[in-house]
Amino acid sequence: MTRYLLQQVLHRGPVLLLITVISFGIMHLAPGKPTDAATQFNPKVSLEARQRMEQLYGLDQPLPRQYAHWMGRLVRFDFGRSFLDDRPVTEKILERLPITLTINLWSLLLILGIAIPLGVLSAVRPNGLFDRLTTVLVFIGYSAPSFWVALLCMAWFGVTLHWLPISGIHSLDYESFGMIHRWLDTGWHLILPVGIAAFTSVAGMSRYMRSSMVDVLRQDYIRTARAKGVSERRVLFHHGLRNGLLPVITILGLSLPDLIGGSVIAETIFSIPGMGRLFYEAVMARDYPVVMALVTIGAVLTMIGNFLADAGYAVADPRIRVESRA
Amino acid sequence: MKALLGNRLAVIGALTLAALAVVAIAARWVAPHDPLQVNLPDALLAPCRAYPLGTDQLGRDVLSRLIYGARISLLIGFIAVGIAVSIGTVVGALAGFYGGWLDAILMRFVDTMLSIPTIFLLLAIIAVIGPSIELIMVVIGLTSWMGVARLVRAEILSLKEREFVLAAHVLGASSWRVITKHLLPNAMGPVLVSATLGVGGAILSESVLSYLGLGVQPPTPSWGNILNEGRIALGVAWWLTLAPGLCILTTVLAFNLLGEGIRERLSRQ
Amino acid sequence: MERSLNRSALGAAGRRQHDRQRSWFVSAILVLVPNLFFSPVASADSPPPPTSGDAIVVGSIGDASRLLPILATDSASGDIVGLLFNGLLKYNERLEIVGDLAESWTVSEDGLTFTFHLRPNVRWHDGAAVTARDVEFTYRKLIDPNVRTPYSSSYELVQSLDVLDDHTVRIRYKEPFAPALESWMMGVIPKHLLEGQDLNTTPFLRKPVGHGPYTFVRWKTGELIELKANPDYFEHRPYIDRYLYRIIPDEATLFLELLTQGVDLSSLTPLQYRRQTNSPFMQRAYHKFRYPSFGFTYLGYNLQDERFKDIRVRQAINRAIDKQALIEGVLYGLGAIATGPYPKESWGYDPSIVPTPYDPRAAKALLAEAGWSDHDGDGWLDRNGQRFQFTILTNQGNEVRRQVAELIQQQLKAVGIDVKIRTVEWSTFVHEFIDKRRFEAVLLGWSLSRDPDLYDLFHSSKTKEGEYNFVGYANPDVDRLLLEGRRTFDHEQRVRIYHDVHRHLYEDQPYTFLFVSDALPMLSSRFRNVVPTPIGIGYNFIDWYAPRSEQRYHAVMQQ
Repeated sequence: MTRYLLQQVLHRGPVLLLITVISFGIMHLAPGKPTDAATQFNPKVSLEARQRMEQLYGLDQPLPRQYAHWMGRLVRFDFGRSFLDDRPVTEKILERLPITLTINLWSLLLILGIAIPLGVLSAVRPNGLFDRLTTVLVFIGYSAPSFWVALLCMAWFGVTLHWLPISGIHSLDYESFGMIHRWLDTGWHLILPVGIAAFTSVAGMSRYMRSSMVDVLRQDYIRTARAKGVSERRVLFHHGLRNGLLPVITILGLSLPDLIGGSVIAETIFSIPGMGRLFYEAVMARDYPVVMALVTIGAVLTMIGNFLADAGYAVADPRIRVESRA
Repeated sequence: MKALLGNRLAVIGALTLAALAVVAIAARWVAPHDPLQVNLPDALLAPCRAYPLGTDQLGRDVLSRLIYGARISLLIGFIAVGIAVSIGTVVGALAGFYGGWLDAILMRFVDTMLSIPTIFLLLAIIAVIGPSIELIMVVIGLTSWMGVARLVRAEILSLKEREFVLAAHVLGASSWRVITKHLLPNAMGPVLVSATLGVGGAILSESVLSYLGLGVQPPTPSWGNILNEGRIALGVAWWLTLAPGLCILTTVLAFNLLGEGIRERLSRQ
Repeated sequence: MERSLNRSALGAAGRRQHDRQRSWFVSAILVLVPNLFFSPVASADSPPPPTSGDAIVVGSIGDASRLLPILATDSASGDIVGLLFNGLLKYNERLEIVGDLAESWTVSEDGLTFTFHLRPNVRWHDGAAVTARDVEFTYRKLIDPNVRTPYSSSYELVQSLDVLDDHTVRIRYKEPFAPALESWMMGVIPKHLLEGQDLNTTPFLRKPVGHGPYTFVRWKTGELIELKANPDYFEHRPYIDRYLYRIIPDEATLFLELLTQGVDLSSLTPLQYRRQTNSPFMQRAYHKFRYPSFGFTYLGYNLQDERFKDIRVRQAINRAIDKQALIEGVLYGLGAIATGPYPKESWGYDPSIVPTPYDPRAAKALLAEAGWSDHDGDGWLDRNGQRFQFTILTNQGNEVRRQVAELIQQQLKAVGIDVKIRTVEWSTFVHEFIDKRRFEAVLLGWSLSRDPDLYDLFHSSKTKEGEYNFVGYANPDVDRLLLEGRRTFDHEQRVRIYHDVHRHLYEDQPYTFLFVSDALPMLSSRFRNVVPTPIGIGYNFIDWYAPRSEQRYHAVMQQ
């Protein structure tokens, strides 16, 4: 196992380095400077004042040196400070992380809660009426532009029916609520964003679940169980699901980085201060430290996720050996 | 083909796409108005006889803009996928066929590309160079070839030990010939499925870019930018939001149903 | 970004349409629209005494970044900072400069020495007194090269600042500088809390302590900034208890929030103003305001370009663009034709200048005179075999400009000029195209400070990379007038100078001045004492109140 781990690190280390170099390159070769937002096109800001600000940010240094500087801090787990407001990048990320995690975890749970039963039931009679109906339904979710669905839902549930809050994650008097009231309030605000996230992405998981179950239900032992007179329900949810779920579990490993990556679109539409907007705003403002930190964290999580998925496969299927993997 | 016909959903998808393609190609004859003709006195008219889907803020005919927009959106979808499939096939074939160091390096590169968030690449490159139809196609293509590369590699790995391939080697066929004549044609099934789904994905990507203001630029209509422009007028002009949204929904859905149909067919072989 | 130094509760409102216009002042002249605006002041027979309580929820597209006056560069930071800090001076509702922290001030004969006498009774929110040392500290930090403030250039001409006693400062200038008074509207920052700190990174930026009418409570990044009334404010305690600044980054969402009264104050797009806010419910729940913004939208030419060097070509385009049609089509009539850089309400505006009439035929004649006519009969003008084709460059994300560009494209097509449109993201736009002069024409807007000084925009010395005369305009007469205007203190004289500047710019057409759009804020009708004046409605924000029976947000924040 240690050898396996070591090999993984050796394989994936260079990838990580390459990711930082590419991201750093793209960001820095882009025209525009982080000082633009504060200084551009303000007639009261002189050229000298601008150059002075660039110097203060270290932007007059050659690129390799800026990169080395950044890497040097990174190995000490220091992501530096944002160019936009001079706050530590870590602080900015930690502030956004909880809400994004909450939304993503709830969406994931909802997706699993919908996709697993749908997948199983569709697999009972592939291409039957139920299967076709759910196929069309989940694909409608996948095929609609999410901001369009969000807008229609906000207009309908928020404005016309007055059932749900339109945007934000808390009521304005949130601070004065008790513990339970706070939870309910947040939950209330999250219904639309979580629901829409699940609706627009349930397709992948449910299709995956369906094909996995279709495969499993063709196996001999299922036929044996049925022949032995085990009830259909037990066949499906006991014998079938247990094996049908295996590939789904490895998929969960791969979606690890998605848990911290928020959606710019959903967060903008629903006024949610999450990771997606942080990233988008950082790119647009050329806030290099924040962009680089997020890309690096994402890459590391992807690596860990891949590793977990691989490890999952290896555990589930001992035929997969270290040697056979490129 | 016959089995595909058996899948009613796939047939519906294919027919929808065929109809759409005809309309897009024949846009000049089908569209009732010039999609670029500004006509201020007619701004924001609800659907009526002269304008079956109403008009936008500058009095342009929404139906005509959607018809011409279909051209742009489909073009973006097909070309982006074409780029992705070409790159993915070449990379996957090389990696799968030669293996060893080349495989390791290429697959590390695929891993790298997969680890950098797509939206970052899209945003950074388009924001920097400035949105144009060509760039949007290229960038969507450049950020979506990795899946194809992995698919092709996996197929080639499983095919290259098969008898007919070994036979070709023995008979002295060149590597090039083995790849192009024996391996790739047999690996193309899953790629076709992934490409069909990919066209839908690219159309959605364009609409997301439009939402961020980085999509196809005016006055050229695309479904994404018509939808985004209409969004702001939601309260007064529902047709500006509903029509392009439904166009995107229907088309992407059709591509997905067709793709699923092909996948179903292949898995039964 | 824009910046507001005076207290403007309306800052959020001013910004949306002028997202990319940058300058100091956000608020603008306000003209009452009698038929659309139901005035609470006029209708109340005997106004009840103001009641305290309630909260106002302001909707903003962007979040603040640094809550310190000398570092605040975006409009959201400006909005908040304006309620927390005051300057020495401010504009009153008639656009006259009056004292704010300064009770009185004197200017020496030669215009070189200013003496400010501070109010004696102003306290920081932590109880310490506001003194002349704080003013001195603010100035030191403004000119400190280690502080990342973009405002230092307004203080370059200051020779010295002396503290005469706790409540008196004397400032000497190296040469006469008429816009100096305006620069002392900069918010004063607390020496006792910031001394010895690195201003760029101090925690103060997210937890500011001011002396203004409102006190900082909390800031949840990307979500909400909350302020509460300062009971010890030197004028009087504001009636509205809480000020809640909600960050809602999507315009469509912001509007939906207005529809459900989730937001009390926000600005409208022209379309929303005209077509989407006329339901009986909206009429009852909100008041709409309309007043010209202090800025203009223009088509600027690269005057290095051979074609645009010819003044006849510029004048022809000026005649070929139907500005009234732009205003009708894009602004739904909510704007006014611009003839120069000043709105009608500015004292720099020369009222004798009338807009050039829309006259495509005259435009064609002028173009023909300049050698441009359709020689090959393809419908486009050409000269020496070259078609008259140019690209209008504008920034992404501004819906109004996008539509204006499309209309201009159509209108110039009618006289045979082939226009292409290109939109580029802001940062790239400035660096790659404006700074490097890689443009033929740009569609942009400026928003301006009250002082009509335009030295940075039109003086021929301001054409280096990164400076603002990027069109390359050079007219010795204008150069002379702009310098003179800066050195003259006599108001009448300055009026004459800037009228001349206006006329020169009108005749030379370095830009085709298009229009001045209206600011269109909408405010919940429960607030009373909202009196529209030349500088907007925000100037007397501390006097606004909601009658007890109409208050929406109760209790919670008891002091």
